[in-house]
Amino acid sequence: MTNARGAGTPKDLPKDAPPADEHDRVEHQARAAAPRRTGLLGRVGQAHHLGLAVALVLLAIVGLVTAPGTFATSSNLVSILALAATIGVITVGMTFVIIGGGIDLSVGAIMALASVWATTLATQAYGPVVMAICALLVGTGAGLVNGLLIAYGRMVPFIATLAMLVAARGLAQRMSDRRTQLVRPDNNALVELSTTRVLGLPLLVYIFVLVIAIGWLVLNRTTFGRRTYAVGGNPEAARLAGIDVRRHTLILYALSGLCCGIAAILIMARTTTGSSTHGDLYELDAIAAVIIGGTLLTGGRGTIIGSILGLLIFTLITNLFILNGLNTSDQLIAKGLIIVIAVLLQRRGLRSQVP
Amino acid sequence: MSDLLIMRGIVKQFPGVRALDGVDLDVRAGEVHCLLGQNGAGKSTLIKILAGAHRPDEGTITFGGAEARFAGPVAAIRSGIATIYQELDLVDGLSVAENIFLGHERASLGFTRRAEMNRAAAELLARLGHREMRPTTEVGRLPAAGKQVVSMARALSHDVRLIIMDEPSAALAHDEVMNLFRIIRDLTAQGVAVVYISHRLEEIREIGDRVTVLKDGRTVAVGLPARDTPTPEIVSLMTGRDVEYVFPPRPEPGAHDDRPEVLRVEGLTLPGRFADVSLTVRAGEIVGLAGLVGSGRSEIVETVYGARRPTAGRVLLSGEPVPAGSTTRAVRRGMGLAPEERKSQALLMNETVGRNITIAGLSTYSRHGWVDRRAEQEAADRLVRTLGIRPPDPSRPVRTLSGGNQQKAVLARWLVQGRRLLLLDEPTRGVDVGARAELYAVIRRLADEGVGVLLVSSEVPEVLGLADRVLVLREGRVIHESDARDLDESRVLDMIMEGGER
Repeated sequence: MTNARGAGTPKDLPKDAPPADEHDRVEHQARAAAPRRTGLLGRVGQAHHLGLAVALVLLAIVGLVTAPGTFATSSNLVSILALAATIGVITVGMTFVIIGGGIDLSVGAIMALASVWATTLATQAYGPVVMAICALLVGTGAGLVNGLLIAYGRMVPFIATLAMLVAARGLAQRMSDRRTQLVRPDNNALVELSTTRVLGLPLLVYIFVLVIAIGWLVLNRTTFGRRTYAVGGNPEAARLAGIDVRRHTLILYALSGLCCGIAAILIMARTTTGSSTHGDLYELDAIAAVIIGGTLLTGGRGTIIGSILGLLIFTLITNLFILNGLNTSDQLIAKGLIIVIAVLLQRRGLRSQVP
Repeated sequence: MSDLLIMRGIVKQFPGVRALDGVDLDVRAGEVHCLLGQNGAGKSTLIKILAGAHRPDEGTITFGGAEARFAGPVAAIRSGIATIYQELDLVDGLSVAENIFLGHERASLGFTRRAEMNRAAAELLARLGHREMRPTTEVGRLPAAGKQVVSMARALSHDVRLIIMDEPSAALAHDEVMNLFRIIRDLTAQGVAVVYISHRLEEIREIGDRVTVLKDGRTVAVGLPARDTPTPEIVSLMTGRDVEYVFPPRPEPGAHDDRPEVLRVEGLTLPGRFADVSLTVRAGEIVGLAGLVGSGRSEIVETVYGARRPTAGRVLLSGEPVPAGSTTRAVRRGMGLAPEERKSQALLMNETVGRNITIAGLSTYSRHGWVDRRAEQEAADRLVRTLGIRPPDPSRPVRTLSGGNQQKAVLARWLVQGRRLLLLDEPTRGVDVGARAELYAVIRRLADEGVGVLLVSSEVPEVLGLADRVLVLREGRVIHESDARDLDESRVLDMIMEGGER
């Protein structure tokens, strides 16, 4: 407050300062108070991304030092990416939802439901393409239900998606009779997504990269993306600017559901199964990745790149702990600390920005 | 009678605005002291200083014979000053008794002594003449008048010597106001002083002892007798101005008569807010709505824009009915709104100036949903220059701009696409005088280009100086309509404060 008012105390001003002077003075102080930023798209992100990239490099160095023989092997790096791909696709959808001012707790459960639905005997009879389409439709459908409840039923996102989390998991158990459903050998084309390699990387990694690229383009280059920031940052202002906030919210959750459907295809490819236990606690990993990536949980600000970097940091930690044969409990503690540190750093970054 | 409160030379400066510029106030024990002034005169800032919410930059406050410096709201209450705000600050989910003792609960070892609190609350309510209110009722279930009583009881639960009431009658029906006055008389009989803020002169005549008038952050009259000071004197004190607004020249009266009608509103009604409002705006015309807070002026504009759904009446834009209750369709049909609360209703505070400008017209620079960023950048640059937004840099975070420039960014938002009708709700609130003149010029220029403008302002001179035609509102109804040049400030003030239709 004090520095915004500036150096000149009221006494320094002539008694009847011309209003124009006053105006210029205030502006001049505002100009001095805020650092210049470049480009119309200028937003905080950049510095934060750099920090995350540095953290990733540091973790890689730790890997090289502690597990010299195993960390830098191509098979290890591929397994890190394959592991990141499933949650990564979900994280892209989650980033949209959170920037749009919401939250989706049901992602893991929707993915499980989609994987079960796609691997039922009835669906498998139609072959791998139909299985994939089935997973996408189930995911999108569940997301639409979330969106309808939140946008038109005026439910709080936390509660609506919590209900979906429980119910979708239950439905998945029901459909599969709590058994793990194998992808039949004649539908192996699906599994080939994880076994076929192009330039040393399995196809599912390319799908992951494609989803990131599309997500980035939609968020940064389309009217939909632009409006997502507005809807999350100030829904009332968005509504009064003529944006159909409810329809937009509906689409955001459908989009998150679609990402869960894609993730279901990837997990079927990786594990050759559909199961109601897939994706347990994925929602927490995805939310954590988004938060570490610098997205405001209150909406209106965030980036896809940040979320993906956050996710890679998480995945790398898991990998390092496994390679070094460390306790998984310690791994959870480390992840918890990282969330706290990331958010604290972020807050400092924000504060230095506000004059 | 001795002076309980003496304020001398109070100055409060906010970024870009000198809200108080040497205010004096004397309040005696046991009197009802009325504070009068137009919107923006500094009343709210003054009571926030008394309540400990703001600290003055200059000046002295003497309370009960000792110099007072309030570190915060708690300190003010401890020293005996309680404030009842317009928006009552009660917790809906707690009971009446819990609200009354919020922050100073009767407790031992951290456990509240509920029975004792309820008993004490019942006593306070009885003292206020509300024996029928139960201390255990949830506050959220009470009507506005009941909440007011709870606020009052809360003030009394502290050992107060001064109670500040900010427009306490605004939300009350007539008999509830009478009860409020009875309570105020009881309090003053016990030696408690009341600072009473209201726009209704008849109330001030009935309950007030003395009147202090504020204007443009200064005291212009101290301690006038509330009953005997003639209305014209009070009104002229409130209106006589040091700073003359600079309004752009207007076209001749009747110049718009042959222009097409942009907006026609027929019998628009929203129960409890406004009733049977009809008006028209022609192309190139600025129509002003004058009225007090609570007269329904903002609600009318929001309903026209589709942000609220009326129970009766319809809105036609260029002769075609606009479907009710959809801002999206209102915008598609060519309306634009600069809402009352710039920060909470209009601006995306996380974003740059450029993005704030382009958000409403994104479809103009996009093809199949893809934003043409060069076109967007060019439009932002062009609008920043046309409206003279300073600094002229669209990449700057919008929150670093002064109020006037933020408001220009909100206006710029609607110049991206051709607009047929602009709805401006308090376009100069929180904007300093120099920037105001610029905004006025921009608004007039838009009208000259053929846009119809519906302007709402609580500042009567602004409506009279800027608009071509003026509608005066009182309690949700249009009580007068005429050419702006045929009205003067005191006549309009008289109408909106006393209901006189002359």
